[in-house]
Amino acid sequence: MYEKHLEKPASFYPEYPRKSGNQAVTHYCPGCGHGIAHKYIAEALDDLKLTERTILISPVGCSVFAYYYFDVGNIQAAHGRAPAVATGIKRINPHSIVISYQGDGDLAAIGGDEIIHAANRGERLSVFFINNAIYGMTGGQMAPTTLVGQQTTTSPRGRNIHNEGYPIRMCELISALEAPVYVERVSLHSPGGRAKARKAIRKALENQVQGKGFSFVEILAQCPTGWKVSAPDSLKWIEEKMLPYYPVQVFRDKSAEAESWAPPDVTYSDADVLQLIELPLEDDAAPAARPKVAEQYRNPRIKIAGFGGQGVLLLGVAMAQLGMMEGYNVSWLPSYGPEMRGGTAHCHVNISDTPIGSPLVSASTVCVAFNKPSLEKFEKEMASDGLLIYNTSMIDIEPTRKDVEWLPIPASEIASQMGNIRFANMVVLGAYIQKTGLVSMETAIKGLPTFIKAKKLIGENIKALETGAAFVRGELKI
Amino acid sequence: MPRELIKGNEAVVKGAILAGCQAYFGYPITPASEIAEAAAKYFPLVGRTFIQAESEIASIQMVYGAAGGGVRVMTASSGPGISLKQEGISYCAGAELPCVIADIMRGGPGLGNIAPEQSDYHQVVKGGGHGNYRCIVLAPNSAQEMCDLTIKAFDLADQYRTPVYVVTDGYIGQMMEQVNFPTAVQHPKRHDWGVHGDDATRKNLINSIYLDPEELEEHNRKLQKKYVEIEKKEVLVDEYRTQDAELLVVGYGIISRILRTTVDLAREQGVKVGLLRPVTLWPFPAMRIQELCERVRAIQVVELSNGQMVEDVRLAVEGRKPVKFYGRMGGSVPSAQELLGVIRKL
Ligand SMILES: Cc1ncc(C[n+]2csc(CCOP(=O)(O)OP(=O)(O)O)c2C)c(N)n1
Ligand code: SF4
Ligand SMILES: [Mg+2]
Repeated sequence: MYEKHLEKPASFYPEYPRKSGNQAVTHYCPGCGHGIAHKYIAEALDDLKLTERTILISPVGCSVFAYYYFDVGNIQAAHGRAPAVATGIKRINPHSIVISYQGDGDLAAIGGDEIIHAANRGERLSVFFINNAIYGMTGGQMAPTTLVGQQTTTSPRGRNIHNEGYPIRMCELISALEAPVYVERVSLHSPGGRAKARKAIRKALENQVQGKGFSFVEILAQCPTGWKVSAPDSLKWIEEKMLPYYPVQVFRDKSAEAESWAPPDVTYSDADVLQLIELPLEDDAAPAARPKVAEQYRNPRIKIAGFGGQGVLLLGVAMAQLGMMEGYNVSWLPSYGPEMRGGTAHCHVNISDTPIGSPLVSASTVCVAFNKPSLEKFEKEMASDGLLIYNTSMIDIEPTRKDVEWLPIPASEIASQMGNIRFANMVVLGAYIQKTGLVSMETAIKGLPTFIKAKKLIGENIKALETGAAFVRGELKI
Repeated sequence: MPRELIKGNEAVVKGAILAGCQAYFGYPITPASEIAEAAAKYFPLVGRTFIQAESEIASIQMVYGAAGGGVRVMTASSGPGISLKQEGISYCAGAELPCVIADIMRGGPGLGNIAPEQSDYHQVVKGGGHGNYRCIVLAPNSAQEMCDLTIKAFDLADQYRTPVYVVTDGYIGQMMEQVNFPTAVQHPKRHDWGVHGDDATRKNLINSIYLDPEELEEHNRKLQKKYVEIEKKEVLVDEYRTQDAELLVVGYGIISRILRTTVDLAREQGVKVGLLRPVTLWPFPAMRIQELCERVRAIQVVELSNGQMVEDVRLAVEGRKPVKFYGRMGGSVPSAQELLGVIRKL
């Protein structure tokens, strides 16, 4: 079934030039499970002819230097983050074969979140998880997979379930998710176990070649140094201590029926890109001659306020949009966050001949109040001679400021009579346009679809604009 | 030129696409969420990658992975999320991976609130993560600059192989202004140091480990050399009415916009004030501040923080002139009139 590998696999470097010291041998301890797992992966890459397009993510742990050995594209990742790093590189190199190789501390402790979510997204990765029930690299501390009663330097009296909880079974966790295609636990303790390990590694890679989704192989591996046992005894240690708690079996295998998938490889012309991100090439040139505006209405600093849901923010956007279309500098600044949900909302709008400094409106020259609290709060901060527009449908008091121009308008009632109270903001916009002449009605009608996105409402919104304007002209009987 | 009334946050995304950014990895947070939302809308439409990651920790590591492939890539967040990204940003700096991180600052510490602050200055300008590294930090103050400086951030990141921040406050992110977008769509060549999953790049290694102290020192020296070059070449400042100024005000982001109005108000009252706005927070325009410091009587720094950038102004001024600080926190933003009062006391 396998090609015989008497020579060193070609997916390994012949010597290890990235390593310091003796470059003919690995840095692993004699009898370490990592060396065996590496060899099986390299052999599988050889046999499946994947060396050229493979990218290996080295973790933090004893296998941090896996890139010394594998003659493939290499990325070394932060502790536990290999599945996220693998996700990043795989998504931009869908044709590549990406391996996330991780220890138990790396994958099951610090990287618990990254592995679960890479699995859950069904990332097309092959994950090889070396479970040696210990932190090898840092000198034998407790791992999330350390067995109950097992002594380590940070569980010197043995792992105690009341303090440390139970060892974590990752295959069982991962196979509770919907997306993973293949989840198997294997062991390096016996010839039979190792044969299964080679097969599982190969399968996890083949799945990726076929675009089949997330494959996860947990490998129970020996750490004679961390366990403080001899190399031969470490095999027995796996058999006697690990196997009873970590059953060796296939937990999930949807390899045959899983859909082969790769992201579509489409190229977009520059013109397509501009179109798709809604940056149309043709410019709406500003009209040559802007409407003449009376002195007191020029360069307005506008504050608009009301209940959330009264279209306050949208009215501001509309004013800024139309101002921009008339060739002015404009800014729109909302009150944002939870304020917008249900409570009161307000926004600041500037429309100016000159570049806008502060977008915040403090001494407003135009104040639009849709309800009583807004009138009470914001009329105070108006500049003298400003224009105060207020919605008499919702405000039963008179403004206190006598030094500003009043424009009372029953905007909500007018809108309701038109069939939808939500048009009140466009009624006000029409009134403002009529009153100040800052933008022309033609510009308003032309610009409306940029802020009223629902096509079927455009006609009625135009009618609302015109009704607001008619009210100011005194042509509306209500 | 396409012109659009658009939020600063959305302008970042359109700018990124025009700059040839291939992937966006993010996690939602107010007031930066429009960036993730616009990226989710547009990136897949034009064949680019968008992933909502499980956390900011993961999203920056996805950035690390994709940047390791030699393509343009970005993420965005706000204070609490930027804190989580610091791990990955340190790795990007160490492995010399170009990437762009937008930070739309909100109130802190802890959960703070979602209102605008400028209290991430220390964590973005001074490092934030572990190790001897710097990030280029660009500080837009308009929707136009949110687009333009995002594009520039990608160019600088590639040129210097380093992470670049685009940092601003919630107001500049949330504000809508007209933006004139460039019409050129960039097609940056994939870096040949990247890991592309092919034979040509198979010997490449993306890595930040240097076990040997001498090697790590050498690597660090190489990084420092790069930072010195950036300090020499990449400082950007914007000035307003500084030619004849007797007082200098310094601020960035939304504060620089308010100060611009304050400068006009002060000048109407005959007070000769000029505004200096650092466009790059790192490299910091220390030289220019030193030059202006010779000519002015005093310097007023205004921030939406407890006084973070003011430390860099004081380092530049070296005690030669008084440097005063005025800060608001928690999301309170001073008005132009309020700042006029502050200046009148100088
Ligand atoms: C953020 C972070 N925390 C802690 C460490 C220290 N550290 C390095 S390796 C390691 C444990 C690795 O154990 P495991 O993943 O089981 O790998 P093994 O060495 O057993 O193969 C730890 C805690 C680190 N490098 N980074
Ligand atoms: S400490 Fe354990 S895991 Fe690490 S190299 Fe030695 S035997 Fe292998
Ligand atoms: Mg381990």
